[in-house]
Amino acid sequence: MKKICIVDYDAGNQTSVKRALDHLGIVSVITADPDAVRHAELIIFPGVGHAGSAMQVLKARGLDAALIDAFRRGTPLLGICVGCQILLSRSEESDTACLGFIEGVCRRFRPTDRALKVPHMGWNAVEVARPHPVLKDLVSGDEVYFVHSYYPAPADERRVFAVCDYGGDFAAMIGYRNLFAMQFHVEKSGPVGLNLLKNFSEWDGVYAE
Amino acid sequence: MLSKRVIACLDVRDGKLVKSVRFVDTKEIGDPVTAARAYYEDGLDELVFYDITASSDRRNIMIDVVEAVASQVFIPFSVGGGLRTGEDCRRVLEAGAEKVNLNTSAVARPEILAEASAAFGAQAVVLSMDVRACVATTQTPSGYEIVTHGGRNPTGIDAVAWARRGEALGAGELVVNSIDADGTRAGYELTLTRMITDAVTIPVIASGGAGLPEHLYEALTVGGADAALVASMLHYGDYTVPQLKTFLHEKSVKVRMR
Repeated sequence: MKKICIVDYDAGNQTSVKRALDHLGIVSVITADPDAVRHAELIIFPGVGHAGSAMQVLKARGLDAALIDAFRRGTPLLGICVGCQILLSRSEESDTACLGFIEGVCRRFRPTDRALKVPHMGWNAVEVARPHPVLKDLVSGDEVYFVHSYYPAPADERRVFAVCDYGGDFAAMIGYRNLFAMQFHVEKSGPVGLNLLKNFSEWDGVYAE
Repeated sequence: MLSKRVIACLDVRDGKLVKSVRFVDTKEIGDPVTAARAYYEDGLDELVFYDITASSDRRNIMIDVVEAVASQVFIPFSVGGGLRTGEDCRRVLEAGAEKVNLNTSAVARPEILAEASAAFGAQAVVLSMDVRACVATTQTPSGYEIVTHGGRNPTGIDAVAWARRGEALGAGELVVNSIDADGTRAGYELTLTRMITDAVTIPVIASGGAGLPEHLYEALTVGGADAALVASMLHYGDYTVPQLKTFLHEKSVKVRMR
């Protein structure tokens, strides 16, 4: 069985992600070592908190370069929450320059309806936009657990694999080549989330557009 | 649109469940982890663990419970009771809880809300308010005041003013627990719930008094709450999580069904 490398950059939820993988019987290790990330078989890039401080820690540990190498090598890579957001070119959060694996911006929710609170926190449904190996057995209408104030807005709508409605549709899952990313907390999204993690663990990183 | 949440509250003392829970078979009575897993598998949206351990030197047991729950239950959960400092909060969050529930400690020292919010984010900080109806005065114009120690200690703090202050200090969510309704199973205190949901912009969890599925429906509609907290109606086996969810779904309340 392949081993998943969980990138440790003080982003908070790496332990929760590891517990979910342990529960599924998937082998994983939490590491801050750039070389381990560079040569990983699969990578999970978790995250809670601020895009700006996340990028700072990544750079300080040399993990940004390691992730770039891994992306170029075709390593299957899963971003979660802030780890999803900083795959884009830029985030509106402190106007941060991000990794730029997927062209686009991470935008702040600015709902016109006062009943829609920010952060968007709780269970909400996702609608599949286009099929992907990681989405096996996911059904449109399945609910997942979100906690976020910013959302990914890829420039190319072909990068969007699922949307969620919160005062209008936003991209809940994005992907490009060997990258896949989820804005919600897949590790806290019940059986639906566990299934997505299992699918990722079995993915070879190939996506035929 | 976000789903309305059904949240179960489990009271824990010295690492054991205080009330028995229907799902737990005889040999495992009193294990909060087993009960939590059963509710999770039944489709519950979130859990609250309230640690009522009396002596502070036995609080480490709760950390073990939190770690065990986090290893088996893959929905968000919060932990309250006995959290007095930022360090107390950090330990619970690092053990795997999503949120901390602050109640008495926030009344005693409101700054803990701001400190916890700055350190862990507003989404991780829940202000839990125990409220009792009182005579409306200039000090308590809403006619509801904050009480502590299970209702024994009135504080003279107005409930609506406290909710607003909690939000301003950085709480990401409020639990509004009616001490008057608690244990009656006659329904949530809807006037109070509505008063608080109208006063703040953060999510509000209605608590105290749930006995029938209709009560959850009322709290989530008339009361305007984002979530309904239940305890005995689930623990004593009167209803199951799917029964509550199906009832709400059939009444057109958006809830997570799968």
